[in-house]
Amino acid sequence: MTRPRVATVSLAGCFGCHMAFLDMDERLVTLMARVEFDRSPLTDLKTFTRRCDIGIIEGGCCNEENVHTLIEFRRNCDVLIALGQCAIMGGLPAMRNAIMHADDPLRECLEEAYLTGPYLRNLTRHVPNDPALPLILDKVYPCSDIVDIDIQIPGCAPSGDIIFDTLTALLDGTFHGFDRARLRFD
Amino acid sequence: MTDAFTFRIDGVDVLARPGQTIMEAADAAGIYIPRLCDHEGLRHQGGCRVCTVRAGGRSVAACTQPAEPGLDVENDTPARNRIRRDLVEMLFHEGNHLCPICEKSGNCELQAMAYRLEMTQPTRFPWLEPCRALDASHPDIALDTNRCISCGRCIRASQDIDGKGVFGYVGRGIHRRVAVNGPDLAHTGAAVTDAAMAVCPVGCIIRKGEGFSTPIGERAFDHGLIGHEIEEKRK
Amino acid sequence: MTTAPGDLPEDAIRAICAGFGNDRHRMLDILLGVQARQCWISPAAMETIAAATGLTRIAVEGVASFYSFLSLSPKGRVPIRLCDDIVDRFAGLDAVAAAFEAELGIRVGQTTPDGAVSLELTPCIGMCDQAPAAMVGDLVATRLTPDRARALARALRQGLSPTEALVADHDRLSPLARAKAQVEDNIRQAGEVLLGAVPLDAGIAAARAMTPAAIIDAVETSGLRGCGGAGFTTGRKWRLAASAPDDHRVVICNADEGEPGTFKDRVLLTDRADLVIEGMAICARAIGGREGILYLRGEYVYLRDHLQDALAVARARGVLGDGFDIRIQLGAGAYVCGEEGALISSCEGLPGEPKTRPPFPVTRGYLGHPTVVNNVETFAHVARILDRGPDWFRAMGTDKSRGTKLFSVSGDCARPGVYELPWGLTLRELLALAGGEDAAAVQVGGPSGTMVGRDGFDRRLGYEDLATGGAVIVFSPRRNILEIVDYYLSFFVHESCGYCTPCRVGNVFLKKAVEKFRKGQADEADIAYLKELSATIIETSRCGLGMTSPNPVLTSLENLPLVWAAVTRPRKDGLKATFDIQAAIEGGRRIARRRSYIFDRDFSE
Repeated sequence: MTRPRVATVSLAGCFGCHMAFLDMDERLVTLMARVEFDRSPLTDLKTFTRRCDIGIIEGGCCNEENVHTLIEFRRNCDVLIALGQCAIMGGLPAMRNAIMHADDPLRECLEEAYLTGPYLRNLTRHVPNDPALPLILDKVYPCSDIVDIDIQIPGCAPSGDIIFDTLTALLDGTFHGFDRARLRFD
Repeated sequence: MTDAFTFRIDGVDVLARPGQTIMEAADAAGIYIPRLCDHEGLRHQGGCRVCTVRAGGRSVAACTQPAEPGLDVENDTPARNRIRRDLVEMLFHEGNHLCPICEKSGNCELQAMAYRLEMTQPTRFPWLEPCRALDASHPDIALDTNRCISCGRCIRASQDIDGKGVFGYVGRGIHRRVAVNGPDLAHTGAAVTDAAMAVCPVGCIIRKGEGFSTPIGERAFDHGLIGHEIEEKRK
Repeated sequence: MTTAPGDLPEDAIRAICAGFGNDRHRMLDILLGVQARQCWISPAAMETIAAATGLTRIAVEGVASFYSFLSLSPKGRVPIRLCDDIVDRFAGLDAVAAAFEAELGIRVGQTTPDGAVSLELTPCIGMCDQAPAAMVGDLVATRLTPDRARALARALRQGLSPTEALVADHDRLSPLARAKAQVEDNIRQAGEVLLGAVPLDAGIAAARAMTPAAIIDAVETSGLRGCGGAGFTTGRKWRLAASAPDDHRVVICNADEGEPGTFKDRVLLTDRADLVIEGMAICARAIGGREGILYLRGEYVYLRDHLQDALAVARARGVLGDGFDIRIQLGAGAYVCGEEGALISSCEGLPGEPKTRPPFPVTRGYLGHPTVVNNVETFAHVARILDRGPDWFRAMGTDKSRGTKLFSVSGDCARPGVYELPWGLTLRELLALAGGEDAAAVQVGGPSGTMVGRDGFDRRLGYEDLATGGAVIVFSPRRNILEIVDYYLSFFVHESCGYCTPCRVGNVFLKKAVEKFRKGQADEADIAYLKELSATIIETSRCGLGMTSPNPVLTSLENLPLVWAAVTRPRKDGLKATFDIQAAIEGGRRIARRRSYIFDRDFSE
């Protein structure tokens, strides 16, 4: 019998949710015994080797590459999990959605970030624009704005416990939601 | 007139005095009815509707509906809680509630209510993402109405307890919001010691210099669901 | 901006306040007075009003910012408010608006640089039978065409007043004649009770010969139910108020006819004002009323002088006086004030927010006194019932819907106007009378009522089936039903008071969901979502507005399911149809001055 395959990726996040994966500690070994990791920073595989049972997304979408990757995950995974507040509702990067007062908010946002902000030291005096950089989106989108998400694991970052318990329950076919007392959005 | 009577909430007999609301009687009996705009010691508003119960075949706000002898109230059922979760989620989406960056996180009643009502499903609601300016004019208090849930507690507390009338609603419909009695908060009579500054359930009225001072694990809702202190009266 | 050129000196503001006894309960009158004289409610004016009435400035701002006809930024001396109802849109509003814009040199929402005229949109002003229509200052212009709009705009720019521009020979006309010169009655069917020949003062004369209890008995026996839409038994309402322990009771006439597509009260106020006043006087006699208020919607301000005349005549004839008189409370553009609690709040000088129930107005209403609030038509019926007797009235209509009813018929029909008919006729019969036989859908009872498709035209009008406050809006097969539903939701979003979460937020979400259908982005799950969200709004809303606002969605889903199914597409790829990657990267593309490697086809090919 083949083991279920799991893929993970970090989009517009801080990698904290992937670090939280490591908070499973020795249970990570237990999990590894039950699943096989495909495309993931944990395996350093950059593309899918084949279709996966579970895809885990950290972070929302702030640029076009995030969107592209998220759509690839949706197409290649049976169950898609949004892991952590950024994937669920945009999180910290989405703070920029709420400062969109200006006529040209995106430009103003980039200028404050790279040129005019009071705490900057940018000797190039330019907003980075290497052709290899993906185009920035008009705002930060939660994953569920772009693709269907099946399950959300809340937290910033989610605890190792809630990640392990949720994945284990999914693999056992016994997932019916979370223990309310352990829910955290922070 | 002071003859107590009984009615039932989810099949449990509850004692009430004439003039008591369903919620007041429930609180005294150790039965928690979720609420956001209602606050002990303030007039009832009945605006958030999170306390909606079925009573006598109708949906009513438990915070304003008087208890009646023999009334049968449905409170803690999947159907009631699903509707309440919808309302809490509406409030999350109406404002900018980014828990990870909000200093009220862990002490926030909106967040705690989302835990209690298990707001964990992928959302079907759009995000309204308001862009109202922050009022940081006051030396001790900041006001971020993008996080306001229109509970009106500050308005009632300032008017009735502080006797000041620092806050009020302006506008109509989705544009209705809390505003201050002056060009900005610094030019009102607001003081950080006002009762109005202590009743905000969310991170809208912020006391400066206190943010994140309570470590995670020791905050108001780190140990137990919102409402557990009421429910413990019954145990 | 904190001052504007035409701002009144502080003394003048104080004089306006003093004119209303510096009474905070007359706040709406004070604010309307300031708005009329300086064309906005300036921060300085709010400070002065607050000081004069003993309120905080924020409390004054709360009222000023609630009503559409009060403005917190300077407006033109003549505000033109184009009626933006769906019927007006279908009757050519766009072309009329474009003509005004071109002639005035401003866009909708703007004011001419000289401060003479401002142009804005407003929901239904009660002229659907003569659309497109507009308020011009305190007057009304109907049956607008682009030519007429241009001529009117030119006249206003040349300095003519709205009266000079709209009413020929206005100096020689009575207020009633002036009103009739602006607005047609369009009485298409005069029934026996209200619009036929009616004797003067017969009802009040009969009532004077009866005890208060006997009057209530008569009204209850007649089977009369409130004609505003909710249909509460009138006699029972009176009985409750009469038995409330207080010796100061209040009678309020709800002339805040705001339901889009309704205009029958406009006709009664024009032609049967005496009957309405008589009905209020009879109510006062029955319940022991000491104070009367006629709450006139701001859109009907053109009738104010005529109604003041009618009140003066009633006083002279002795219908009023003797411990009961009536004042007119003008509204200021808020549909929700048709809800009785909100209407009372508005009369009390507060924002038009519904009140917590219980207590009900019949026990604790206006300023805490027992209060009866009845619709214009209800009071007119009362006067006739007292004249002819309850059995006469009871013999008309059906079991649960006694007597006659005024129907306001508009939209795609040959004979729009007011029809007085006994309850119980079928929709098909009414459509035949009005010349709307080829209708594809009919909105019965306005947006908060029921949308009925062709297969429902044999349904009967009455509390047994299709209850209605009177609005019947006819839509021909060439109309887009989803456009109508979308418009009605935008109306409710605009008119929600914002007090409770489900109505304030839920209606915005509901409208966005309907937009998704109109863009062809919806799937089967969205139908379920519409129904669930509607159910939540209906179940948890605090007043009738939110309890009925999802009706356009729900009743069209039920009665015209194909129009929804036709734009619903199955979705299999797991991608959200609402997400538009091209729109999302457009700004980034512009700033980076390059194309997308990933999403621009010409790049990857």
